[in-house]
Amino acid sequence: MTSLTLVRRIKARPSIVFDAVTTAEGIAQWWGPDAGPVLLAEADVRVGGRYRVRFRMLDGTEHESSGEYLELVRPERVAMSWRWKGGQEDPGVSRVEIRLRAIPEGTELTFTHALLPDDGARRSHEQGWTGALDKLQAHFARSTTTP
Amino acid sequence: MNNQARLGRTFSALVDPTRRAILARLERSDGASVSELAQPFAIRLPAVMKHLDVLADAGLVTRSKSGRTVTVRLRPQPMREAMDWLRRYERFWSNRLDRLAAYAEAKEAEARRRGR
Repeated sequence: MTSLTLVRRIKARPSIVFDAVTTAEGIAQWWGPDAGPVLLAEADVRVGGRYRVRFRMLDGTEHESSGEYLELVRPERVAMSWRWKGGQEDPGVSRVEIRLRAIPEGTELTFTHALLPDDGARRSHEQGWTGALDKLQAHFARSTTTP
Repeated sequence: MNNQARLGRTFSALVDPTRRAILARLERSDGASVSELAQPFAIRLPAVMKHLDVLADAGLVTRSKSGRTVTVRLRPQPMREAMDWLRRYERFWSNRLDRLAAYAEAKEAEARRRGR
C-alpha cells in the first residue's frame, strides 16, 4: 500500500456511496477537508463532464478544485482529473480514483490520488508506479541518510 | 522547474526497476563507480549510463569524476519531496473520507427507515 491509497469501510450500500461521491448534493456534504462550508458544488456526471467545487476552510481561506470525469461505472468506480484553481503550491493535474466494492457490512472504498504531470509519466504510472512508491516508502522507513 | 515538474521527474525516474535497483545499491554504500553499478545487471555499460542520466536529471544521484573513475552517490532530497507530497494529500483526504463515510451512513440509515 502506498500513502496515496486510503481504504474505508462504510456501513452503506455501494449505490448510496456512489451517489454521495457523484452528486452535487452529496459532494457539498463532505468535500471540504474540515468543518468549513462547501460554497459551490457543480457536477456534470458523465465521462468528459466537468465538476467544480469551492469551499472555505475554518481558517477562512477559500479553495477551489475542478476537473473532468474520466471513468464512471455506477456503483463501482469513479475516476476524475483534479486541479487546484490558482494553486501555486500544486499547479499540476492529478488523478483521483474511487473504487467501491460490496462487502457484508456495506462498502469497501479504495481511494487513490495519483500525480500525473504528463503523458509519459501516466504511461509509466500504469507500468508500475505503485511499485515505485512502495520502494520509496521502504526507503524512508529505513533511511537515515542525509542529503 | 516547478515543484510539480520536479515531482514528476522523481516519480518517472523511480518507475524503472533497473533504476530502483541502482538506487538500492547506492543506499547500501557511500557511493559506487559506474562499473560497480553495472556489474549485477545483464545490460551494457552505455545502458547503465543512460539510467544514470535519468537519475541525475531527477536529482536522485550525483556523479563526481576523479581521474578515470566516476563515483555515483545517492541524493535523497527529491524522494523526501515526493514523500511530502504524498503525506500532505493523505491528511487532506483522510478527513474528507471520514466525512463522506458519515454522510453515506446517514443516507443508508434514512433509506432503511423508509423501508428500502
